[in-house]
Amino acid sequence: MEFAFTEEQQMIRDTAADFLAEVSTSEAVRAAMNTEAGFEAALWERVCQEMFWQAIHIPEEHGGMGLGYVELVAMLEQMGRYLFCSPFFSTVCLGVNALRLAGSDAQQAQYLPAIVAGKTATLAYAAANGGWGSDAITATCTPSGEGFVLQGSYRYVSDGHTADILIVAARAPGSTGDEGVSLFVVDANSAGITRRWLPTMDQTRKQAEITLDGVSVAADALMGEAGKAWGPLQSVLDLARVAIAADQVGGAQQSLDITVDYLQERVQFGRVIASYQAVKHKAADMMVKVEAGRSALYYAACVADEALSGGALGAELAEAASVAKAWCSDAYFFNAGCGIQLFGGVGFTAEYDIQLYFKRAKSTETFLGDAAFHRERLAQQILDGEAAA
Amino acid sequence: MKLSFSPQDEQFREEVAQWLADNLCGEFECVRHRGGPGDEHHRVAERKAWERKLAEGGWTCIGWPKEYGGRGASIEQQVIFNEEYARAGGPGRIGHIGETLAGPTIIAFGSDEQKQKYLPGILRGEVFWCQGYSEPSAGSDLANVKTRAEFDEAAGKWRINGQKVWTSLAHESEYCFVIARTDPQSVGHKGLGFFLVTMDQPGVTVRPIEQLTGTSEFNEVFFDDAECDAADIVGAPGDGWKVAMGLLGFERGVSTLGQQMLFQNEFDAIVKLAKDNGAAKNPALRQRIADAHVGLKILRYNSMRMLSGGGDGSLQKEAMIYKLYWATWHRNLGKLAMDVLGQESEILDEAPYELNRLQSMYLFTRSDTIYGGTNQIQRNIIAERALGMPREPRG
Repeated sequence: MEFAFTEEQQMIRDTAADFLAEVSTSEAVRAAMNTEAGFEAALWERVCQEMFWQAIHIPEEHGGMGLGYVELVAMLEQMGRYLFCSPFFSTVCLGVNALRLAGSDAQQAQYLPAIVAGKTATLAYAAANGGWGSDAITATCTPSGEGFVLQGSYRYVSDGHTADILIVAARAPGSTGDEGVSLFVVDANSAGITRRWLPTMDQTRKQAEITLDGVSVAADALMGEAGKAWGPLQSVLDLARVAIAADQVGGAQQSLDITVDYLQERVQFGRVIASYQAVKHKAADMMVKVEAGRSALYYAACVADEALSGGALGAELAEAASVAKAWCSDAYFFNAGCGIQLFGGVGFTAEYDIQLYFKRAKSTETFLGDAAFHRERLAQQILDGEAAA
Repeated sequence: MKLSFSPQDEQFREEVAQWLADNLCGEFECVRHRGGPGDEHHRVAERKAWERKLAEGGWTCIGWPKEYGGRGASIEQQVIFNEEYARAGGPGRIGHIGETLAGPTIIAFGSDEQKQKYLPGILRGEVFWCQGYSEPSAGSDLANVKTRAEFDEAAGKWRINGQKVWTSLAHESEYCFVIARTDPQSVGHKGLGFFLVTMDQPGVTVRPIEQLTGTSEFNEVFFDDAECDAADIVGAPGDGWKVAMGLLGFERGVSTLGQQMLFQNEFDAIVKLAKDNGAAKNPALRQRIADAHVGLKILRYNSMRMLSGGGDGSLQKEAMIYKLYWATWHRNLGKLAMDVLGQESEILDEAPYELNRLQSMYLFTRSDTIYGGTNQIQRNIIAERALGMPREPRG
């Protein structure tokens, strides 16, 4: 048993941290977040060409690096720490995961090399305010000739307004719940697709609304078997939850670090305020939250790794993802919230970065299910004798 | 990262499980799942006999080096042993203070004579130890020890005077390791000595403390001219703090996974209760039960990180949060147990004050966040050592 990063994984993490410290400065984040796209195209191109991050866990046969989820999580943690504004999460943690778990050989051969080459992707499944379970899928797919016609709308789609490749979930008309769900991969600019940017409170994670109005797709757009996609989609969502938890751990850590740095400088009553126990104890509680979150995250990363590679531990994916997402959502919000309190008045200003973490904490908490959602999911498993749904 | 154990370790796990299945039965059935914090008063004679049984099988002190009679078991194997032990319902170890604290200290800092005199009894499961650190005026401020040790030149012995408190199992122990002030002029960490003191002597009086649970497992220990042979000081006079603190690095959390198995047993009992009495349908309790589940899972992952950490014994962040985290989690579990029990939580098994298992756990967990460093002290340690925040000015 060796529940720690290998030297290679540490190197990947440190390289990511060094690069992000250079390119994802407070100024760069603020410039990117004030655009509709939410990222700087030239920087993303540099990430794809110099760092090759988009290819991290794409199999080598498709031109990727063929690394695992632990390496991915190590990088995501740093992106969360630096509030990195990019289509990385949507492309890699939604798009690539969906293609790997649900895509046919032909779809993988077509789209994964495209992503390696710099195309972006995302996943749309949930309608407005429908929660994050299978009931959230209200768009429909109706067989038509050799293909299907897609109809319906989605909200909260990460980078949905900028992605090149869309993976969408739709259900057979009249079906409910886990039944009748299918996944399709389509060009985002296909006829009948309308995409609208949704301005958000947290400006570092862009969201969009997507409407499909009689979108005709060929049979080869269908991913896997018609009507049987909820299982694989659920695993894709769980992999994404682990990725979000990584972002949250990074953000929770940085919230603590920048707060402690400030406390060490700020003098009141003739002492740095970091020397007061009322303040120290709050900071200690913040460290407990983030270290416990890190333990949950790394375990979930190992599980996710095996879920993708077919290992036995992969069977725990739903549980591990919910444990990590429940804890890390609360931890990030706690740390960023305490951060504002400990910064005092300046924590309430736009100028200091702690507010950016506070807002991102809330948006990542809500996305793909907050802590209460995941606790209920676990409760069903523990108390109702059902597998995590 | 790699989460699985090696085939050799898994084989070791089978061996442990088999031995426990073969031996933790019959006369020892009555102590399964009993003893340990909150239940130390239960069936002490049987649990002492169990210690000897363990020793016969070579299962005491497995982490000690072979040259001192241990198995030299790896960290992984110690973890596995503790896990299987708890899974099988192994009784709370009366020998744990000798095995994990006194023995390793003597091995690290003791003389050859002390090793020969004291280690075999611990190994055989026949000789039990208690820890004489806390005093009425030395709780969180442990270095404020007032107990004095003076060397009586004529008798060639140390004479110890003072009082210790919160001494677990003192009334069941043959020896106590005591920190006492060898330099009467000294204050704080300096001028202390580390003594191995025989409990069965006229100068030592043990008085049980009745706890809010109605039971007693902590004691006050009074030393009135208690004697300690010149050969029974560990290290030199003045080295006591260094020796005492040296203990902290030894454990490295190998027992933590076993502790968690006990917690898992408690959690499972609460889940069963909730299903039986309908509390499992209450949305607020469902949230709290799931939250306890999340907390326990993370406790396990924390330990796995801790055990995989640097071999130099230096405390990493995940180790620094450990006490605060588990104590707080466990205290919350106690409250949850009562809330799942509902109105029945108030009703005792028997008069005058016979608590059931969950009631006992609920009350006893109020001590978890106090003993072994209170939550407040833990937060100070985290803030100062892990986050580098300045110390509060001290008087």
